[in-house]
Amino acid sequence: MTAVVTGIGVAAPTGLGVEEFWAGTLKGASAIGPITRFDASGYPVGLAGEISGFDAAAQIPGRLLPQTDRVTQLALAATGWGLADADVDPARFGEFDMGVVTAGSIGGFEFGQRELQALWRDGPEHVSVYQSFAWFYAVNTGQISIRHGMRGPTGVLVTEQAGGLDALAQARRRVRAGTGLVVSGGMEAPLCPWGVAAHVRNGGLSRSRDRDRAFLPFDADAGGHVIGEGGAMLIVEDAGRARERGAPHVYGEIAGYCATFDPPGGTRLAEAITGALDDAGVDPSGIGAVFADASGVPSLDLVEADAIRRVFGKRSTPVPVTAPKTMFGRLSSGGGPVDVAAALLALRDGVVPPTVNVGDLAPGCELDLVREARPVPLSAALVIARGHHGFNSALVVRSAA
Amino acid sequence: MSAFTLEDLKAVMRSAAGEDESLNLDGDILGVDFAALGYDSLALMEAASRLQRDLGVELPEEEVADAATPAAFLTLVNDRLAEAGTAR
Repeated sequence: MTAVVTGIGVAAPTGLGVEEFWAGTLKGASAIGPITRFDASGYPVGLAGEISGFDAAAQIPGRLLPQTDRVTQLALAATGWGLADADVDPARFGEFDMGVVTAGSIGGFEFGQRELQALWRDGPEHVSVYQSFAWFYAVNTGQISIRHGMRGPTGVLVTEQAGGLDALAQARRRVRAGTGLVVSGGMEAPLCPWGVAAHVRNGGLSRSRDRDRAFLPFDADAGGHVIGEGGAMLIVEDAGRARERGAPHVYGEIAGYCATFDPPGGTRLAEAITGALDDAGVDPSGIGAVFADASGVPSLDLVEADAIRRVFGKRSTPVPVTAPKTMFGRLSSGGGPVDVAAALLALRDGVVPPTVNVGDLAPGCELDLVREARPVPLSAALVIARGHHGFNSALVVRSAA
Repeated sequence: MSAFTLEDLKAVMRSAAGEDESLNLDGDILGVDFAALGYDSLALMEAASRLQRDLGVELPEEEVADAATPAAFLTLVNDRLAEAGTAR
């Protein structure tokens, strides 16, 4: 059994829908800007990657609007786009033959904040019954499952930014075990007062107010990262069954995966990368591009650059490394799936999307950073994602045979 | 005291629980099951919770759950409003 991606639904600050996202990403047009979704003037950070132009009422059923946070509205829309891209009619699958595995890191924070405000301001009778699930990490999986009648294996992974890759790996396991189709990915919408406050407490955020200088991973002037909202939902199917049903696209195979956890004061990132390459049966020389985690925190950039050098250092040419997230910020659980989407599109079009704004590389971070869209014939790519406090995940995608 | 009407009920359902675009709430729906109108038990609980606050009446969960149609729901709310009026 080979798990392949047959549909992509992206909701990113750089574009809604796969082709708009990809065109914007190849252009290198940054979507980082001042936070406008609420008055953030009292916060120590002022920039984020915001999605503009998303009309939830035009994308999801009216019955779902009052019971969903923005994160779920984005996840439902992206799932719809992914299913349309894959030309899937869920009615033609058995309901237990379809599953949903997503990642989340904060759930529906804005919804939850509103209800907690109502609780303390007006009393418990003012809290919506929908608060019972609308805030929860598992809510996207549940709502996608209900909307599309997908009653097979479901799950939720909560490992911060690593979670999106962990979810895709779980989707691959389920497909290998016989499930016909799994909707998988991650979505985040943290740009509300509570969400940004939580991210500030987590640390690592850039205090810069200059949109072109705030998120500079691997740069000598790196000073943390910018957060954003969005993510991607991918349609994962068995290759043979996708071919049988005449799936219009097979973007590529989820070929390898490995996750590790850092010991106190140490790193196991290189082991995650090596593990994913081994799982895929791909040599370091067979990887055409690395989509870096790109923390922007100097010490974490050094760890990642070192891990990439340790794994890929023996190649005759350096491996191209890119971080399209420099255009829209770190998306927590949405980040990995967006990078996987970009990696699959890179395989399709033979072009690696750029990293923007980064100037002189920091000592120890001398990577072959892709700074303008670079035509590269490639048949496999590596995506790296790290979650706060030691989660490392690496995933290899490969062109379908 | 003015009675609670079907129009009032439709307004609170739309606001509390949204509206299924594939259905029409403007026809003769008094005797139609809420389920057929796209509303599940949570939607009714949310609507009842708002009405309790807005009208100052008590709508116990079990009685809300037993009100399967708009007609039954209107009866429930209006009976409670009448009781509240008498008590005053």
